[in-house]
Amino acid sequence: MFPAMPQQEVTSVTTTVSDRDGRAVSLRGLRKSFGSVVAVAGVDLDVADGEFFAMLGPSGSGKTTVLRMIAGFESPTAGTVELGGRDVTRLAPFERDVNTVFQDYALFPHMSVLENVEYGLRVKRVPKAERRARATEALTSVRLDGFERRRPAQLSGGQRQRVALARALVNRPRVLLLDEPLGALDLKLREEMQVELKAIQREVGITFLFVTHDQEEALTMSDRIAVFNAGAIEQVGTPAEIYERPATAFVAGFVGTSNLISGATARAVLGKDGTFSVRPEKLRVVLGDADPPGPDEHSAEGTVSEVVYAGPATRFVVDLDTGTRLIALQQNQEVSSMDVTGLRGRRVRLVWQRRHEFAVTS
Amino acid sequence: MNLSRTARAALWTALVLGLGVVYVPLGVVVLNSFNSDRTFGWPPPGFTLQWWGAAWRSTGVRDALWTSVQAGLGATAIALVLGTMAAFAVQRYRFFGRDTVSLLIVLPIALPGIVTGIALSNTFHSVLGVPLGLFTVIVGHATFCVVTVYNNVLARLRRTGLNMEEASADLGADTFTTFRLVTFPMMRSALLAGGLLAFALSFDEIIVTTFTAGAGVRTLPIWIFENLFRPNQAPVVNVVAAALVIVSVVPIYLAQRLSGGDPQTR
Repeated sequence: MFPAMPQQEVTSVTTTVSDRDGRAVSLRGLRKSFGSVVAVAGVDLDVADGEFFAMLGPSGSGKTTVLRMIAGFESPTAGTVELGGRDVTRLAPFERDVNTVFQDYALFPHMSVLENVEYGLRVKRVPKAERRARATEALTSVRLDGFERRRPAQLSGGQRQRVALARALVNRPRVLLLDEPLGALDLKLREEMQVELKAIQREVGITFLFVTHDQEEALTMSDRIAVFNAGAIEQVGTPAEIYERPATAFVAGFVGTSNLISGATARAVLGKDGTFSVRPEKLRVVLGDADPPGPDEHSAEGTVSEVVYAGPATRFVVDLDTGTRLIALQQNQEVSSMDVTGLRGRRVRLVWQRRHEFAVTS
Repeated sequence: MNLSRTARAALWTALVLGLGVVYVPLGVVVLNSFNSDRTFGWPPPGFTLQWWGAAWRSTGVRDALWTSVQAGLGATAIALVLGTMAAFAVQRYRFFGRDTVSLLIVLPIALPGIVTGIALSNTFHSVLGVPLGLFTVIVGHATFCVVTVYNNVLARLRRTGLNMEEASADLGADTFTTFRLVTFPMMRSALLAGGLLAFALSFDEIIVTTFTAGAGVRTLPIWIFENLFRPNQAPVVNVVAAALVIVSVVPIYLAQRLSGGDPQTR
């Protein structure tokens, strides 16, 4: 009576840094302490030229400090920062070929939009005619023509964001750093800007390195993601790798909903020791003896303790007999809220394919 | 908020009375400077510019005015330099006793002028052996003028933060260029407001001036005080007082506009 979910094949696209000269950013053994507080505890990272790379993590995980060390606002306690193969660890921000889009945009309030965008070219003594042409072009590329004479205070949040982007891009930096670039925008605008940022990056071909705490933003926009926790990188990979094969329990929990199977449940259900992760949408909720598990599948029995109907999908909270609580997400292809909410308290079997369970380190 | 008619009327009356107590006498001073009656008969029998002319021709007034301007400019200059430096130090760096330093900088504006005056006079005269004169007046005024600059610059620094300077450095500007193109322009209106207030404070100060000015140094307020009780000087004193009212209003008004206005909206 309850339809089984069609399982989708996971196509994992691995982007590795093969060209050693094509490294836009290389971090080696990067550490930063503020007094006795260790903000960054040894980070090694390579970002390839032209990549859209996300540093994802909760607040206080050290991702912003890493970004600030790449920009040159903080000097590392230990380790090196290389840009395009050149060691810039000891250089001031104005000597580095990177530009930053700040979280609060940091537009100069006493200058017009055009003067803001021209600023980088002006301090580099680019002739007036050329910098005007390039600034106008940059404003066109972020769809802000006609706003040249305005002051930042006369713009909306989304417009300010795009001015900040134009102000950074007009310098054609080796790497563009973005610190929570969409954090100050409301949801709808944020979704629009996600698409737009991605399009602009593809157009200009500059390496984008952005910091975010929003896992959905990281998954939708990036070529690759580094997940930060407690000053260190937990995992680096493509969005699909990060989501489908989380390397650690932290990644499994921070990106998406974690379903962890360990201890007695792991021995009873999977027949092995360790901690394993299965994503909620990979679980099939089966009633009674219908749809028995195949040879490549695992299954576990339990009781539905909660049913959350959320329009396109329903979330089942199932307490396994062995004591573990798992969450299963089923699309409402043929059912309605009336059907699913009646399942609370019922005995069910959760079935999943073996290839969707992954050992994680806890 | 909604108020009853009576409450409204009462509030308006209080406002008018309160402001009237302050400004009607000032209006009388200005009006009397045009009063054709030498003894300020009221209502004025007629109006004349005679006293303004007399005041303008009086070398005593002109010298005192020039002294006051010099003292004001000198004290303001010191206040701008020291006040700005103190504000940057307190806002940008953490150091031992930072809050105490901040308090000590602001305190002189609350100290009774007579205390500051006696203290400075004793120190200059007896301890340091500096002869009292225009220089000691300037230093005396600077002690409290620093406060207005300090407060204005500190407020501006708090509001703008470090972001703008980081953005400037990020876009390729070295430290000096950043100061010239970003930090200073964003501070400019705060400096102007603080400087105008400092000048206004110095211009009409009398107590500290009395104690720190030597025999030959006479600022405008001191000149007024000395001539206040000479009947034949009364009309000229009145003109000088009226001029002081007008001269004081302008910098205060400008300073209010500058420090009240959000830098983002200009």
